[in-house]
Amino acid sequence: MDKSVSPQNSLVSVRHLTFTRGDTKIFDDISMEFERGKITAIMGPSGTGKTTLLKLIGGQLFPNQGIINIDNKNVHQLRRADLYSLRKRMGMLFQSGALLTDMNVYDNVAFPLREHTHLPESMIRTLVLMKLQAVGLRGARNLMPNELSGGMARRVALARAIALDPMMIMYDEPFTGQDPISKGALVHLIKSLNNTLGLTSIMVSHDVQETTAIADYIYVISGGKIVGQGTPQEIKQSTSEWVQQFMTGAADGPVHFHYPAKDYVDDLLSSGKRY
Amino acid sequence: MMIEFLQTLGKNTRASFTKLGRATFFLIQTVSGTASVLPRPRLLLKQMYSVGVLSFLIITISGLFVGMVLGLQGYYTLSDFGAEETLGVMVAASLVRELGPVVSALLFAGRAGSALTAEIGLMKATEQLSGMEMMAVDPIKRIISPRFLAGLLSMPLLAALFSAVGIIGGQLVGSGLLGVDEGAYWSQMQANIDFQDDIINGVLKSLVFGFVTSWIALFEGYDSVPTSEGVSRATTRTVVNSAFSILGLDFILTALMFGDD
Repeated sequence: MDKSVSPQNSLVSVRHLTFTRGDTKIFDDISMEFERGKITAIMGPSGTGKTTLLKLIGGQLFPNQGIINIDNKNVHQLRRADLYSLRKRMGMLFQSGALLTDMNVYDNVAFPLREHTHLPESMIRTLVLMKLQAVGLRGARNLMPNELSGGMARRVALARAIALDPMMIMYDEPFTGQDPISKGALVHLIKSLNNTLGLTSIMVSHDVQETTAIADYIYVISGGKIVGQGTPQEIKQSTSEWVQQFMTGAADGPVHFHYPAKDYVDDLLSSGKRY
Repeated sequence: MMIEFLQTLGKNTRASFTKLGRATFFLIQTVSGTASVLPRPRLLLKQMYSVGVLSFLIITISGLFVGMVLGLQGYYTLSDFGAEETLGVMVAASLVRELGPVVSALLFAGRAGSALTAEIGLMKATEQLSGMEMMAVDPIKRIISPRFLAGLLSMPLLAALFSAVGIIGGQLVGSGLLGVDEGAYWSQMQANIDFQDDIINGVLKSLVFGFVTSWIALFEGYDSVPTSEGVSRATTRTVVNSAFSILGLDFILTALMFGDD
């Protein structure tokens, strides 16, 4: 374990986590610490189970082995009611935004407030407008989700995720498929929300530039293992071939360009029978 | 060959039972979730609107035509025996006992059931259900139970509407076109249709159909593979399985309700 993250100060700790789906090991005995008040990023190529990790932390999936503690509570041993009250203190930003499509922006942001509090409508209005102002979309309150661009939808989802003033927030690929302006806006938002609200952020991403710009600590995972970890500076200077390939985006390296297949020439000359 | 066949058979049987188990568990959660819908009647009203009110048109038009056909066919057969005066009884009994609950349930499965499956399936595919869970909102209580309750309550009302419109359709054809005495049409009906035996049993049937159709539709959506192909398959399964269940259950219920007593 790297010394720069002390388990004492971590809000979320993942210990010896193993998770399999079918015969595939998605995670193989990994341990991570997510420090309070910091932005910790998990990087890795698509399909390495980054979203799965967030679902494990959120208690939506169960690990085969290992424990995940949030605020010193083992997520997977909580009773349902306790898990739900823990989730009220966690925000999650889904890749798609996951906005409720039958409600407009305003009602989407008001949704968690209406479900979990008994505040009067006037106070809900104030809170919703404050959250929307924070993401710059107060003027878009009457739009329906299908009228929003991808970047706007994610910002609305972000406003919704912070509606209950959570202690932590999880971002699932916040930059994927965004134009440079939206990316810039999201980078700025994630950083400033983290600082002003004192949040603990867990960010899953494969966008090297944006992630290294705001993360305090980075884990790089591949093939179910942690292949590199450290501050963005340390990651950039890592001598690991694997980390280097990921950070520079080289087409071939430890991660092969070709999906495993039999010999090319043999394959072309064979009868074409399916195997 | 034989071994392979047995393996497939075993695998499919096991998959069916597993699914049945999931469906039962889902039903228990859904039904117990209805308790939390009652303090929030607006959730229910919204679903009653989309499940029930939006089915009004298809139910009314179908009911009218079914009643008109019954009027025609009934008249042709009954007039052979000089019994065309009893056309009202025939039309009303057919509708209230059988066609009302059954046909409106089939239409309901096609119109509202498929829509429910597609809606829930897409909510799953776009992570809305997952997102709700992460916001500590139970999607069963918030999304599924209100729709289930709405389906259950709408079905008897739609069946009643179907039968009522059908009876008017039969009257339009019978006494409007074919000259059956209007007074006879209504008074024979009044004298021979029993509230308990015919109407209440019809309502019970449609309650059962509403229960089963809503259960199937919601479960198929909730259990669907969250892709466009998965949702389309689930929608098809909803309509097919609902139709089978409605027709099969109708036979059983008819045998139980209308035997000699």
